Order: sequence, then structure tokens, then C-alpha cells
Amino acid sequence: MPQVVISGNSAQAYAAKLARVQVVPAYPITPQTTIIEKIADFVASGEMKAQYVKVESEHSAMAAGISAAALGARVYTASSSQGLLLMHELLHWASGARTPIVMGVANRAVAPPLSIWTDHTDTISQRDTGWIQLYAESGQEVVDTVLVAFRVAEHPEILLPAMVAEDGFYLTHTVEPVDVPTQEQADRFLPPRKTSGLLTPGVAGRYGSYIGPDLHMEFRAKVAEAMARVPRIFAMAEEEYRRITKRDHGGPMPLYRCDDADAVLVTMGTATTTARSVVDAMRDKGEKVGLAKLRMFRPFPADQVRELASIVDRIGILDRSFTFGATGAAHTEIAATLYGSPHRPMLRDFIAGLGGRDITPQTVTHMFESLLNGRGPEIEWVGLKRRTEVIGYG
Amino acid sequence: MARLTIPEPELMRSGHAACPGCGSTLGMRYLLKGLGSDVVMTIPACCWTVIGLPFPYTVLNVPMLDTAFETTAASMSGLRAAADALGMKDVTVVGWAGDGGTADIGLQALSGMLERRTDGIYVMYDNEAYMNTGIQRSGATPFGAWTTTTPIGVAGRGKAEPKKDIMGIVAAHQPAYAATVNVAFPEDFVKKVQKAKGIHGPRFLHVLAPCPPGWRFPPEKSIDLGRLATDTNMFPLFEIEGTTYKITRKLGKAKPVSEYLKVQGRFAHMTPEEVAELQAQVDARWKRLLALEAIG
Repeated sequence: MPQVVISGNSAQAYAAKLARVQVVPAYPITPQTTIIEKIADFVASGEMKAQYVKVESEHSAMAAGISAAALGARVYTASSSQGLLLMHELLHWASGARTPIVMGVANRAVAPPLSIWTDHTDTISQRDTGWIQLYAESGQEVVDTVLVAFRVAEHPEILLPAMVAEDGFYLTHTVEPVDVPTQEQADRFLPPRKTSGLLTPGVAGRYGSYIGPDLHMEFRAKVAEAMARVPRIFAMAEEEYRRITKRDHGGPMPLYRCDDADAVLVTMGTATTTARSVVDAMRDKGEKVGLAKLRMFRPFPADQVRELASIVDRIGILDRSFTFGATGAAHTEIAATLYGSPHRPMLRDFIAGLGGRDITPQTVTHMFESLLNGRGPEIEWVGLKRRTEVIGYG
Repeated sequence: MARLTIPEPELMRSGHAACPGCGSTLGMRYLLKGLGSDVVMTIPACCWTVIGLPFPYTVLNVPMLDTAFETTAASMSGLRAAADALGMKDVTVVGWAGDGGTADIGLQALSGMLERRTDGIYVMYDNEAYMNTGIQRSGATPFGAWTTTTPIGVAGRGKAEPKKDIMGIVAAHQPAYAATVNVAFPEDFVKKVQKAKGIHGPRFLHVLAPCPPGWRFPPEKSIDLGRLATDTNMFPLFEIEGTTYKITRKLGKAKPVSEYLKVQGRFAHMTPEEVAELQAQVDARWKRLLALEAIG
């Protein structure tokens, strides 16, 4: 298929169509809405055969999705921010029930104060729900990652749900040229889902059940083991996808100009593009800086992080969310990952871009300079306005 | 002797974990007798989570999906969509939930399911309180009833508010079919289930399920009590097709509600004035029901 100029949200919808999803529970929320609108168009025009279930809340969207997937359907849905938070109970349910739903998430801040603009608080708040979490930088990465996510989620060794996150507006509503795979390529990559058969009409069976203290841990351990298998299956899926489409996105944490770097910044989502341009500009001036793009947050790519730590002495982490009372989530994870590592570089946590604040080349340059000169606090809220500046708004 | 119209095949097995005299087990049994086996059932957290037995057992000969407390109706929509997508056209999607899971925490999902006209049967088995958690009042608890969250004391006289009119709420959505059924009237119960089965669209059954431990009466009295509930107009039997109401059991003169109240510990504290207030509520509802039926 030739390149098309589409938004990140359209890329989500195209991927759902290419995946031949069978059930789409749909509920609107800014800035996700154009995903389910696009899918509604595909269904209305007959291009997509999916059952489009017009639910009355995100909570019901996920409940309907889990039940549809439990019966054996391929399910895609999408959400954001407050809606994702409303789903929280069912996000745990989806992984516990081993339903391989794929969900597009338009990253958006969490209220109050109300904000429709991007940050990662919504998805980071779901990190313990047993979902695979993938963050996309571009529309191309969205379409490719959603297809790979289905392949991984539905793999018999995995059977876990996956969310593909994209920054609200920066990616969801920004158009760019995207190579959309052909249906033939998608079909070769993603065969129809095999039905579990656990809910066969006329046959006794119970899917879910309840359990006492004697076996509950064993069920949780099964989820943990499946999650631990994700890196291997994800690598296989990306390789297969590359074979068919000649395209991949470099595994769970691709590195950029890190080989001889004095300082590396870890980014998630669209801030990566800005940071890459800063790396190029600073490299042009002889500054040895590099970039690590954290695509996969769950499972956390510990091997790749340890590898990075072995080649660089200073790592900055750009967290687009904050865990109150601790540090930014990626910083926490990286610090925990490196505790047992022989290489323990200096870590600095940069909190930036909350609630849609622009992360500009200047913002990122400041981070690299701060890393290179070794000064500054362990956690820095970058570009925070002073009290007098805030008063100036009133 | 009346001709037996209840199908013989049992789709519910013995060995379930319900309390003796549990109305909801009879309700499930009659429901499945009416529906047959081409069913997929979704059940939220409720008494039936436990009654259905822990992993790896089940007491149903039909498949059962566990779903979250407030999600029964949404789960039905998902199952229906998947069944249609997977070519299981003839399967009946059934949601089976308690009164708390339906009339309280699950009401939004129920409204959504009815409005989007999911093809399936939602069954609310009404034991008139959160019984699985140990007898806490729900919206469906009747006026005056003692529960653990409406205790009797100087400042407490049982539930202060009337029972939520779930059938009225359901009727406002104009379901394809809705009916009240009572385990004490099995032939009427099965007849309505069979009728519901033959209709497409959103259907709703409100099952009265007497609960010996929650209502404080001896287990062997469940059926007697169920009969009294209907014959005192506390739980009238009727059905709604489209917008047409039909009362399916009509006595010349209903018994006073006091006959129903006096055999249950949960109402033992009620004064004659409180009983009269409940009687007035019941009379008003019955009058309204007659008026709705008269509209035709």
C-alpha cells in the first residue's frame, strides 16, 4: 500500500482494520475519540466487518471487551485519561482472565485540574494491571506496533492484553506519511485468532471462577510467567513483521548514538523525536550525547537497560508523569533494574511535559547539559514556573 | 391435578454451595429448564459466585463466565457481539445477577445494554439485600426491613426508603420483554422464560428469590413465603411486552402484607403504623400496575 498521510489515531484505526478485529466496544474521550470515529466509518462503509458495540462507559467498554475475548473474538478498543482510570478494575480483570485485548491509548493528563493535553499519568497508573505497555513515537510506529501487539498478546505462551500508547494531540492528531501494510501482509503476519473453547454453548465450563488461598498465588504466578516470556515473543513477532514489511522499530529500547556517549537520555513517546534532533545538534558541536527510546514499559526491558548502563556513566530519564512520594516511573524502574548490576551510572530524573507542556529542544538541551556538568538535583521538574509567574496568569 | 409443564432435563447439578432453602438456586434451575442448553451465561460477583462452586468445579451444565460486580449487562453485550462475530447465531446470552449488582452498582450497565438493544436475557434474582456480603441493604430492600446496615435501635427502624422499582426502570427502556417471576410459581416462571426465549432483543426477568438467612425465616418456608409475597401484592406477577402490561396472577382480594411480614424476622420490629405505611406503598403500586395494565 502506498504511503498515506494520516494521524496517529487513524493509524490505530487502520491497524485495527488490518488486524480484522471482530469486536470493538467503543466509547469517546478526547483525544482518543477519532480512533473510534474512524473505526465507525470503516464499519459503516463495509470495509470492516467488526461488531461495533456502542457502550455507555469505558468501564463497560472493557467489560464487554473481556467477555467478547473470553468467547474467542479478537477485540480492539481505545481509551484515554479518566476513561482509562475508570477501566482500572477491568484492566486487572483482562489480564487475570488472560484475554488478549489490544487497546489504543491516547495519553492524556489526569484531573484535577481538568486537562485534555498529554502526559503519561494515565498509562503509568496502570502499570501493575498485567497489561503489556508499548509507547509509540510516530504514526508509523503506531500502525506497526498495534499489529505486533496483537501477535504477541494472542500468542499461546502469552495470552495477555496489550496497550499501545500515543501522546495526545502530538501524535493522535498530527498527520504524517505512514506506510500502511497491505491486507495481504497483515493477514500473513496475523492469522485469525484461535478460540479458546472455554465457553462452548451446551458444554459445562466456568471461565473465571473463584478460589481460596490454596491456589490463588499459582494463578498470579501464571500471569507473571507469561509476562516474563513477552520479550522473547515480542522479538520473534518484530522479526516476523520485519520479514514481511521490511520494517521494525528496534526492539523494546532502541538506542541512538549511544556508543561513546558521556550522557544518555531515556525518553518515551513523542519527546523522543525532539530529543533525537537535540542529540544530532549537540553531536555536531562535539558533545557526546545519546538517546534511548523506552518503547516497552511492561514488561520492563531490564536486559536492555543493564546493557545501556554498561556503556554510559550518566543516564537522564525524561518522565512525563510523576509518582508522588517517589520519583518518575521510568526512573524508579531503571534505578531498581540497576541495583544488582555491576554498572551503576549516575541517574537523574527530569519531570517534564506534564499536562501538555511543550518539551522543546531547549528543554532537552537543558537536560543534557545538566547531565554533562553533573550538577542538579536527583529529581528536577524542568521549566517549572515560579510563584510570581503563576500569579501573573490571574 | 395440574398437567406438569416443566421440562424434565436438569441443567443445574446437585452439590451446589447455596444455603438450605435458597430461592436463587430454584430460580437458576427453572431458568435453565426454560432455556435449554444452548446458552452462555455471565455472572458477576454475587451469591452465585459461591453457589456455583470454587475452581475447578461448576454446578451448571452450561458455560458460565465470571464478570465484575457491576458489569453483567456490559458483559452480555460483549458476549452477544462475539457470538455474532463467531457465527454462534442461535446461542442465548444470559446475564444472571443479584439485586445489588443490578439495581444499584450495575444499573448504568443495565441501562446501556437495554438502550443499545443487546439481544439477550438479563435475569435479576432478587433476595432484597447484599446477601453474599452478609445482609446489607440494597436499593431493592423493602421498606422497614432489618439488614446489617439498617439495624434496629433508638434511631434505626430498618430500611427507611421504599424498594426501588427496577421493573419501572427497565420498562422505561421499552425492552423486548420483561416479566416478574417467583420461584413459588414454577409453571408461570418456566412459561415466561420460554416466552422470553422466543423473543429477540433485550429481555429482563425479575426473580423473587427468598433468602432464609437474610430474611430470617426457616428454610422449609421458602415456597410458602414466595407465595405470600405475590398473594399480598408485595411482589406482583406481571409481564411487559412492548408497552403492554399484563398481570399474570390476579386474586380477587390480596392478603394483607402483615401476613407476609409476620413470618420473617427482618420485619419483626415493625409497629402497626409502619406496617400500615408499607401496606399503603404496596396498595399504591398495585393500583398503578392495574392502571398500566388497563392502558393496554
